[in-house]
Amino acid sequence: MAIEVRNVSRRFGEFVALDDVCIRVNDGALTALLGPSGSGKSTLLRIIAGLETPDSGEVRIGERVVTDAPARTRDVGFVFQHYAPFKHMTVHDNVAFGLKVRRRPKTEIRARVHELLGLVRLEGLADRYPSQLSGGQLQRMALARALAVAPRVLLLDEPFGALDALVRAELREWLRRLHEEIHVTTIFVTHDQEEAMALAEQIVVMNRGRIEQAGTPRELYESPRNEFVMSFIGPVNRLGEASFLRPHDIQIMPYATGEGTEALIERVVHLGFEVRVELKLGDGRDVWAQVTRESAQELELHEGQILAVRLPEPRVFA
Amino acid sequence: MSFSKLGVRTLALGYLALLLAAPVAMIFYRTFEHGIAPVWDAVSAPNAVRAFWLSIEIVAIAVPLNTAFGVGVALLLERGSFRGKALLGMLVDLPFAISPVVVGLALVLVYGKTGWFGDWLIGHGIQVIFSVPGMVLATAVVSLPFVVRETAPVLRELSTDAEQAAATLGAGAWQTFRRITLPAIRWGVVYGVVLTTARALGEFGAVSVVSGRIEGQTQTLPLYVQGQFENFNITGAYASAVVLALLALATLVAMNLLTRRTRRREAI
Repeated sequence: MAIEVRNVSRRFGEFVALDDVCIRVNDGALTALLGPSGSGKSTLLRIIAGLETPDSGEVRIGERVVTDAPARTRDVGFVFQHYAPFKHMTVHDNVAFGLKVRRRPKTEIRARVHELLGLVRLEGLADRYPSQLSGGQLQRMALARALAVAPRVLLLDEPFGALDALVRAELREWLRRLHEEIHVTTIFVTHDQEEAMALAEQIVVMNRGRIEQAGTPRELYESPRNEFVMSFIGPVNRLGEASFLRPHDIQIMPYATGEGTEALIERVVHLGFEVRVELKLGDGRDVWAQVTRESAQELELHEGQILAVRLPEPRVFA
Repeated sequence: MSFSKLGVRTLALGYLALLLAAPVAMIFYRTFEHGIAPVWDAVSAPNAVRAFWLSIEIVAIAVPLNTAFGVGVALLLERGSFRGKALLGMLVDLPFAISPVVVGLALVLVYGKTGWFGDWLIGHGIQVIFSVPGMVLATAVVSLPFVVRETAPVLRELSTDAEQAAATLGAGAWQTFRRITLPAIRWGVVYGVVLTTARALGEFGAVSVVSGRIEGQTQTLPLYVQGQFENFNITGAYASAVVLALLALATLVAMNLLTRRTRRREAI
């Protein structure tokens, strides 16, 4: 189901959480709301779910205007940042909750819960209580619980925020595949640009209650509309007031070639395939360059070495 | 164990022993000094039995009332936002601050023959003061804060995430309360109920004022104990006191067993 948010504003006292926000999410799309904390992304998600009311503006899910509809009538699946498990219920009963509330027949509930626990790979844990599950398992239980009622849209608030790096990457991949399988319109909130890039078909970049830019990951990376998007999506060097350079666009050459400008290596950081080279330019400016492991080896990069670098034309925002 | 730790422990235990354990033990000792027979005679005297059942009756009405009211007010205080919330919070604590005797007198002023509602009540043939309804009222007032004060902090600590999750899953307000909120706060409620019950069973001052202390009619167990004591029926007083103590103890043990069993089942 498509989601449309029109001119939504929301204040909390003096704080403006959302300022005249408009977004459109297509049916079946996987969209990320990306921004730093306090940018309003979670508030926007909660307004779509009906957990928060906007001061002005309109929210549509499908053809229906839901601005004033209570959360329970909106048919949204919501996954909370800290999973919000029902601690006094087993995994089975957690997942069955939405169906029980809807008074579905017992046999149907049992079959549906079984199916969902299979989908999230928690088959053997139906009789456990949330206190006996790991963070990743809780996350998947919360997802199964939200999906059980076959929601029209799925909303996830910082879904991987509380997990450690390894589980995070695994769950992220798994969620992407799940979305390919069930194709429910999904919006997730994150402050991690890498996560947004890896997962989403469309990214909405938010900052201070406003939308900075919306587009595919590639669009945002290649043609950022302003300096905020430029510096938030992908690594960046800031050269002047509003002029930026991607670290992988900086070309490094041996000094002897006589081309480019000279630079001193201050630090070399090996990050696996990628090597991060921190440089001081002849004019005193600090930049860092991103090179591959191979070229770092070829040039025998080390601290204190003098090199030549070629800087492309920086991207300047007015 | 260090000397100072031992000292603190001895002091604490000694304090409890002097104030609590010794007097209670003495009551038990004096009660059974001459064997079981006189004790049985004393507690099975018609007025003693009547007092016992009256106490049970009053508790059976006042405690559920205060439980429902207490949970409701705790929800209002912790989840609601309205004018006069601070005032409500203060009002709830009032019964702790006012002497029970004053509570009793105040009830007489409102519901007695010459009170505000006196004429109306008499006109409809309802007797509140010097009868069971008044005693239930008095008991409810003095034991009113316990459930609120035990439930509210648990509610405050409880994040609203689970309640909101229930709402997104289609649950209405009542379903969310019954299936999500109540199970999460029930240990607070249970503890409040235990304290309310204990207080209601033992209430003397307020009930004494509104009951008129009519022997065999409006005497609860504590009033009966006091009556026997005043009439120099020491065995009767002690025996009924023991019954009262055992009732309170039974409440505590019952709640303890109940909570322990459900806790184990849930493995929290």
